[in-house]
Formats: sequence, C-alpha cells, structure tokens
Amino acid sequence: MIDPQLFQLICFYAFGAVTVGAALGVISLRNTVHAVLSLVLTFFSTACIWLLAEAEFLAIALIVVYVGAVMVLFLFVVMMLDIEQEKVREGFIRYLPVGIIVALVMLGEMLALIGVRAMHTHTMGVNPAAAQGVSNTEWLGHALYTQFLLPFEIAALILTVGVVAAVVLTLRQRGGVRHQTASQQVSINPRDRVRLIKMTTEYPASVQPAPVSPEETKP
Amino acid sequence: MITLAHFIVLGAVLFCIAVASLFINRKNVIVLLMSIELMLLAVNINFVAFSRFHGDPAGQVFVFFILTVAAAETAIGLAILVLLFRNRSTINIAQIDSMKG
Repeated sequence: MIDPQLFQLICFYAFGAVTVGAALGVISLRNTVHAVLSLVLTFFSTACIWLLAEAEFLAIALIVVYVGAVMVLFLFVVMMLDIEQEKVREGFIRYLPVGIIVALVMLGEMLALIGVRAMHTHTMGVNPAAAQGVSNTEWLGHALYTQFLLPFEIAALILTVGVVAAVVLTLRQRGGVRHQTASQQVSINPRDRVRLIKMTTEYPASVQPAPVSPEETKP
Repeated sequence: MITLAHFIVLGAVLFCIAVASLFINRKNVIVLLMSIELMLLAVNINFVAFSRFHGDPAGQVFVFFILTVAAAETAIGLAILVLLFRNRSTINIAQIDSMKG
C-alpha cells in the first residue's frame, strides 16, 4: 500500500512535467494549431495541479472557461487568419539563445529571491475549507458574496464591456450592399402597397356574358 | 509530501517559459497572446498555492478575478488581431510598424 502523501507527490511531479512540457510545446511548435492544442494541455494539467491543492472550484472553472471558451476562440481565430506557417517561425533559431539565457537568468533570480529553500518547510496542512466543515466551493462562495461582492459585480461589468468592445471592433460596415431592413419591412402598412377596388367583371365583346350570380361580383 | 516550494517553482518555470517565448517568437502575434496566457496561469498557480497554504480564501477569489479579466482581455486582443489582419493582411510583428514607435 503506497503512502497517500507520496502518491500526491508523484502525481504533482507527473502533472508538473506535463505542464512544463506542454508549455514548451506552446512556444516551440511550428504549426499554430498544434501550439493552441498544446496550450489546452497546459491548462488541463494545471487544473489537475489545482485539484491536488484542493482548489476544486477553480480547477473546474479553468477547464470550463479556458479550455471550453477561450481556447476555442483562439482556434477560431487561427482558422480564420490565413497564415503562412513557414514564415511564422522565421528568426526562431536566431533569437533562441537570447531567449534561453534571459529565461534561465530570470528563473535563477526568482528562485533565489523568493527563497525556495525556506518554503520547503511549509508542508500542506489541513484543508482550510474542510476544517470549517464546508466544501471548497462553499468556502470560496462565502468570501466572494460577502467580502468581495463589489469586485464581483465589477467583474461582471468588465465581461460585458469586453463582449461589447470585441463586437464593435470586428463589426464591418460594407458599402454598396443591398440588404433587408427588418424594421422597415414590418412597419409597412398594407394599404400603401395593395389597393382593392370593386368592379364588375368584363368580358371580350365576342363572348356572350353568362348570367352572373351576386357572389361573383364581389371583389 | 507537497510543500509550498513545489508550487512556487512550477509557477516560476512557467513564467520564464512565457518570457522566453516573447524573445523567440518575433513573427506571430497569436503565440504572443498565448504566452501572456501562460504568464497569467503561472501567477494563478502561485495565488492558489498561497491561498491553500495560508488558509485564506482571498487568494482563490483573486484567481477568479484574474480569470475573468484575462478572458475579456483575450477576447479584445483577438478582435484587434482580426481587425489587424483584415486591414494589413499580416500578423507579422516586424511589419506592424505604422505607429513608428
């Protein structure tokens, strides 16, 4: 029987390796569609990491919002833009050394600065949500709807502004196009277009008029 | 046993990969937008880890807001990208220089 904490650690290393590998794929894959799919894998394995940290709500939200919506948006845009795949990666080899050097130096500085060694003493204790006897979602919801209610409403406003801005930016008005105007179509009065008039039936002079019944004279 | 350092190192590695992407990818705006997403993801990992280890819900609430703002930012960024491609027929960063900045 394997120790649960050891199993957690093994899972963390596995998901972490997938995350880092997929992130490397995002920045190095030649085909943009493959890069987007690699980013999907990054988000997915990060969600697994968050599950290990017992942040269940955010893990599911990451999958629903990012994998489900944002990355599909990315895929649509990649599909719409007709990019020459070969030219896109020009200069990759040329800038590769400086990119690697900057990244490594930055990583070293960050790890030295934040003192990772000292943080090794912080082991994962009791889940604060479970300590209160509630689920992670309930724990988060309490904070969101009491302490952070105003920022929550503002977040909704930001999303609305984002949608409106995206629509307005991509709206295209073409000149010289004949299209229907629905409001004018429905607001028309039938009396302006069709006029019903009463008249008697007329026959050519050669044809003897048949006796007409009173109904047929009606328009 | 998972410690706080594990999460911090993972976040730092992801952030540095995204920074390297800004140097390497000089031709494709879409990849740059994706590396911004990676940076935000790295920050979010740190927030979740600190929230979990300090037992404070504020960190996870903040991740929620970052996800919201990042989604709006991506939508507007991609709209600008579509507009740019429609007007200039390119997403090459080297050719987008009309502002002479």
